[in-house]
Formats: sequence, structure tokens, C-alpha cells
Amino acid sequence: MLISPTALYALALLAIPLGAIVLISFWTQTGVRDFDTTLTGANYVEALSDPIYRALMFRSLRIAGLVTLVTVLAAFPIAYFVSFGVPAQKKSLWIFLITIPFWTSYLIRVFLWKVILGYNGVFNSGLKVLGVIDQPLTFLLYNANSVVITLAHAYAPFAILPIFVALEKIDRSLLEAARDLGENRVMTFLRVTLPLAAPGVIAAVLIVFIPTIGDYVTPELIGGPGGTMIANMIQAQFLRLNNAPLGAALAVLAMLIVSVIAVAFLVLGSRASGAKGTRK
Amino acid sequence: MKGLKLYAILYLIFLYAPIFLLPLFAFNSSTIIAFPLQSFTTQWFSALADIPEMHKAVLNSLRIAATSAVLATSFGIFAAMASTRYRFPAQKGLMGFIMLPLVLPEIIVAVSLLVVIVNAGFSTGAWSVIAGHTLICTPFAIAILQSAFASLDPALEEAAFDLGETPASTFRLVTLPLVMPGIISALLISFTISMDEFIIAFFLTGADPTLPVYLFSMLRFPKLLPAVMALGTLLVLASVVLLTIAEYFRRRGIKRAGAKDTGGFL
Repeated sequence: MLISPTALYALALLAIPLGAIVLISFWTQTGVRDFDTTLTGANYVEALSDPIYRALMFRSLRIAGLVTLVTVLAAFPIAYFVSFGVPAQKKSLWIFLITIPFWTSYLIRVFLWKVILGYNGVFNSGLKVLGVIDQPLTFLLYNANSVVITLAHAYAPFAILPIFVALEKIDRSLLEAARDLGENRVMTFLRVTLPLAAPGVIAAVLIVFIPTIGDYVTPELIGGPGGTMIANMIQAQFLRLNNAPLGAALAVLAMLIVSVIAVAFLVLGSRASGAKGTRK
Repeated sequence: MKGLKLYAILYLIFLYAPIFLLPLFAFNSSTIIAFPLQSFTTQWFSALADIPEMHKAVLNSLRIAATSAVLATSFGIFAAMASTRYRFPAQKGLMGFIMLPLVLPEIIVAVSLLVVIVNAGFSTGAWSVIAGHTLICTPFAIAILQSAFASLDPALEEAAFDLGETPASTFRLVTLPLVMPGIISALLISFTISMDEFIIAFFLTGADPTLPVYLFSMLRFPKLLPAVMALGTLLVLASVVLLTIAEYFRRRGIKRAGAKDTGGFL
């Protein structure tokens, strides 16, 4: 069994830790490294009833949803352009250009967004030089907006690549057929290209949404008090407030919510594209 | 398509904006990271030579990244071969599980590993970062290696068997050279991911910080920021060089296998 070493590794380092975190979320912390191992649901009650945790969870969902929307909407035209508007031999160069920024230090990229969006930042001083504004714009940094911009930048290739792959798989003769049968460009796009690209769009949505909800660095560095997310609270519970069980409960809840949303989205998505498929 | 092209170019500017700013501030003599720029200087680069903790962090990161890359690529070879060659029960479920870290928020991986390590009575250190990085790099290595193995013609291996080679020598003499470009690009990609990964290292690094963890602590001191810019410039240069090499090998691999190039990594 060739797969066994890899599967065993994943089992030992992923399944067991995930099981452990679920288990510990039912414990109570009594000292720095001591736990009362009697099972209790108190952490979940606290995580669900305390308005701070609830607000953080909703904000994380809202920010991740917004990031996903912005990223996927901005990414689709790029993927479309590279797939349909670039000559075949130049496609991989474009994809390479799009992926390079993603492979450079994440921390430094996030920090540079702080430099760009800050009070005396590149963006504000640029607008001031151009005479568009007199006073620097303050809504750009240390809030949810800055988190959305930075994450949309960070996750761009994750959205572009799956959509690009789906568009590449479309048989070009289908588009010609639609045009021959009298559809115009827009209708061809809406009735042929878009439904066939749906799997890529669904993959893009999930691959952006799931990791962004757990992002720690961006909210920590540029989120300010209005942009902190659930990952910052999980980190604080584990490393600063010394309440690992509560942190674990928050992590488990975050995972559950994300999984429910992801599964619901997958079901809706496949139903939508399936329905379009049968109509065609 | 004209409008789309303009949009694509603007989008690329958006993608590259932070990276273009990096060298501007790295060579700028002002200690404040803002416009207008002052005079040209290389003092921040020479200042990097005088931060011994940073050198330690770089060495630590290099060691961790090299080890994780080798481990992740080895695991990747097993899984990619198994999934492209054979059909077995629960294949989809197992592969899905192995690829899970690709979509799991990294903080979940980090805290769950921390919980197990602490409760099992071990102390964290370079080894635990390696364990975590291997876990998250393996799916990337698999994705690259799967396409390398999929484009490999099984007839070549059968021919080697027929000519009397053992499975081991066939793998060494036929399979390995043909998928070598895929292996090299999987190694480089895993290395780059591990070098850059922050949150798992932040939780599991113990007393010796990795470079990103050290960088994160530097960001809190405004005095150190120009040096951070210089360091960032060097890091960007290093990753562009590594990625160009990885891309070169990936393309060569595809050409060698006679397949059509369908795009980049992932």
C-alpha cells in the first residue's frame, strides 16, 4: 500500500490533533498546564452566549464573506482574459506572473499594505499630491476595510487559478455552436460559459472563504480594534489568557460553522449548475 | 478583449504594488516608512549583518524548510503514485483527508498540534515546526507530483519490467528520472511555503524563532522597520529566483513527457 506512509502521517498529525482539540474543548483549565478532565459543555455555553465571542464570530464571517465576494468577482475577468484572450503559448507566463506575489513573504506583504493604506501612507499622500483630498482618509486602516483589501490581495491567485482551470476545460466548439445557433456574445457567455465555469467558481469561493476566516496575521497587524477576527481570539485564549479549553471550543465552533457553510454552498452550487446543465 | 486586457494590467499592478514599494523603502535613507523618499542608501542592508538573532532565525528557518521540503516531497511521491496508478478502497476519502490542510485554516492546525504536543509532555521546538510544515506542504507536493505521474506513460515502466529490471531498479532508472522535474519543483515549492509560514511556527517554534516569527517581532519596533524592508527585498529576490527555477523544471517535465502545458502551480 503505497499511500500508507502519507495517510499514516496525516492520520497521526491531523486526525489525532483534531480529535484532541475536540476532546479538550470539553475540559476545564485549572492551572497553567493542569486541566480538570471531567467533560463539560461550559466552554461551548460561554463561547455561544458571551456577546464578545458572538460578535467576533459574526464579524469573521462577514469579513470572510466580503473578501470572498470581492476576490472572486475581481478574479473572474482575469481568469477569463487569460483563458480566452491570451495566446496559448503565453498563458503559463501570465499564470506565473499572477502567482509570483503570492509566494513572497506574507508578513511583509501585509505590512506593506499598512504602509500603503496608513494615515501618511502611499495612497493618501498620492491623493494629496493629485489634489483629490486635503486631509488623509482615515477609513482605510485599522478597520474591517483594510482587512478586506489585504486579504483580497493575498488570496487573489487562489481565486484566479480554479476559475482559469475550469474555463480552460470548456470545449471551444460549444461556444461556436451557441453563436451559430443565433445567441449573441452576452447570451453565449451567460448560458454556456458561465454554467460551465461554475465548478471553478465554487472551488474558488471555498478555497478563499475557508482559510480567510481563520486568518491571524492580517487582522492582527492592520485590523485595529474594529478588525480583529476569531483567530486572534483563539490565539489569545491559548497563548495569553491561558484558557486552552475555551480556545479549543472557539476553534471547534469556527470549524463547524465553516464546514456547514461550505457544505451548504457546495450543495446549492452543484444544484444550481446541475439545473442549468439539464436545461441546456 | 481590449477592456479586459486593461483591467488585467491594472490588476497586475494591484498585485505587485506592495512588492514594488519594498525596494523603494529598503534603499531610502529615512527611518520612517513613508513618502516622500529621501536619499539613496545601502545602510539598511549592511545593518542586517549586525543582527545576530536574525542570522540565527534565518539558519533555523533554512534548516526547517529544507527538512520539511524533503519530508513533504517524499510523502507526496508515495501519495501521488498511489493515487495515479492504483485504485483502492476509500481512495477518495483518504486522498481528501490528506489534502485537507490545503483548506483548513492554519490556526486550527497550529492549535491542535500544540494541544497534543503539550499534553503528551513534549516541548515544542524545531521538530514540531517541521512536523506541522510537512503536514501543510504535503498537499502542494502531491498536487504537483500527481500531474508529473499522470503524464508518465506506464508502458515505459512495463517495458523496463519486460527487459528484466526489478521494481526497485525500474523506479530508480525509469520512473525517477522522468518525474525528477516534478520532484524538484515540489521540493522548491514546499521549501518556499515552509520558509514563509508564520502561524504554525508562531505556536510551535518554542525558544528558537523561525524567520517569519522573528520578523513579526521586529515589526513592533519602528526603529527596525527599514532593516525589515531590506530583509524583505532580499527575501522577495530569493523567492523569485527559487520560483523561476521551479517553473523551469515544471515546464521541462511537461515537455519531457510530451504533454501540453496547462498552467502554473496548484
